[in-house]
Amino acid sequence: MTGASGTMSLWIIIVGMAIGSFALRFLFIGLVGSKAMPDWILRHLRYTAVAIIPALVTPLIVWPGSGAEQLDPSRISAAAVTLVAGVLSKNVLLAVLCGAATLYGMLYLLG
Amino acid sequence: MASTTTISYFWRGARDSAPFILVAGPFGLLFGVLGAEAGLNLLEVMAFSVTIFAGAAQFTALQLMQEQAPTIIVLVSALAVNLRVAMYSASLTPFLGAAPLWQRALAAYFTVDQAYALSIIQYETVPTMTVPQRMAYFFGTNSLIAPLWYAMTFVGAIAGSQIPDSWALDFALPIAFVAMVGPMLRTPAHVVAAVVGCATALAAAGLPYNLGLIFAGLAGMIAGAQAELVLARRAGGVS
Repeated sequence: MTGASGTMSLWIIIVGMAIGSFALRFLFIGLVGSKAMPDWILRHLRYTAVAIIPALVTPLIVWPGSGAEQLDPSRISAAAVTLVAGVLSKNVLLAVLCGAATLYGMLYLLG
Repeated sequence: MASTTTISYFWRGARDSAPFILVAGPFGLLFGVLGAEAGLNLLEVMAFSVTIFAGAAQFTALQLMQEQAPTIIVLVSALAVNLRVAMYSASLTPFLGAAPLWQRALAAYFTVDQAYALSIIQYETVPTMTVPQRMAYFFGTNSLIAPLWYAMTFVGAIAGSQIPDSWALDFALPIAFVAMVGPMLRTPAHVVAAVVGCATALAAAGLPYNLGLIFAGLAGMIAGAQAELVLARRAGGVS
């Protein structure tokens, strides 16, 4: 992210996200008023974040870094512990702490 | 008289939001640190947190920029992660839709997870609240969290460039994302959406321009919506 073109596209992303995020939030409360939304749209909106965040993160866990490296046991176990802690506790912060503890513990043990 | 209770609703919102300090603080700090590590300067990191004000979307954009994804893919993916705020907006509309436009515009900017969750519970618990009281409560829920989010991003951005590699911060972002997934898996349909999203992402990882992520997101959404329909039909005992 260096150089003129990098800075340019960075600001396109910032401005685009700022406008887009506001538009998503303003869409209904500001424009639609109290009209009802079609069920099928709401039904798909419900699953966007829970579909895309795991899709984003899974390749980062399976292939950390770049290319066809072997699986990293420290990172795989840290991710597994984080997921289980998050599912059981429903607490994001607690899950992060458990995951970080596992990562550092494994990195220390495996040298 | 009316203004007194309106003000007290503002403070009640602030009080109710206190536990979320423990979430927003560390995540703001993490965004600042990772932004600085990714080579963004202080102005750029702060522009993200102040103008966009959406944690998961900001982290998504940061990750994809580091993967050198095309600008349009970064935008589409980050906004897709944030689509849920459109749902919050729709859900708040019956309660806040009668407020003046400028207040609704300001409320739109501040529509984030904790403000939505706290407010909707409050409005449903006390149906007699007036629209100004509801607005006061809504802004109250952001009166601590929003300044904290900006301030911690700032601290993280300043500190970030001095953190040594041995801290393995490359994995902080994946851990943060995984942690967000756990509480999202509220129903079997959410689990289906997540599993289909993961499987499609791995299968489509070879596609250029990070298009695999877009396909995976769409596949997961459709799978989740269909699973919801099937499960509701079974629960209803129809066919």
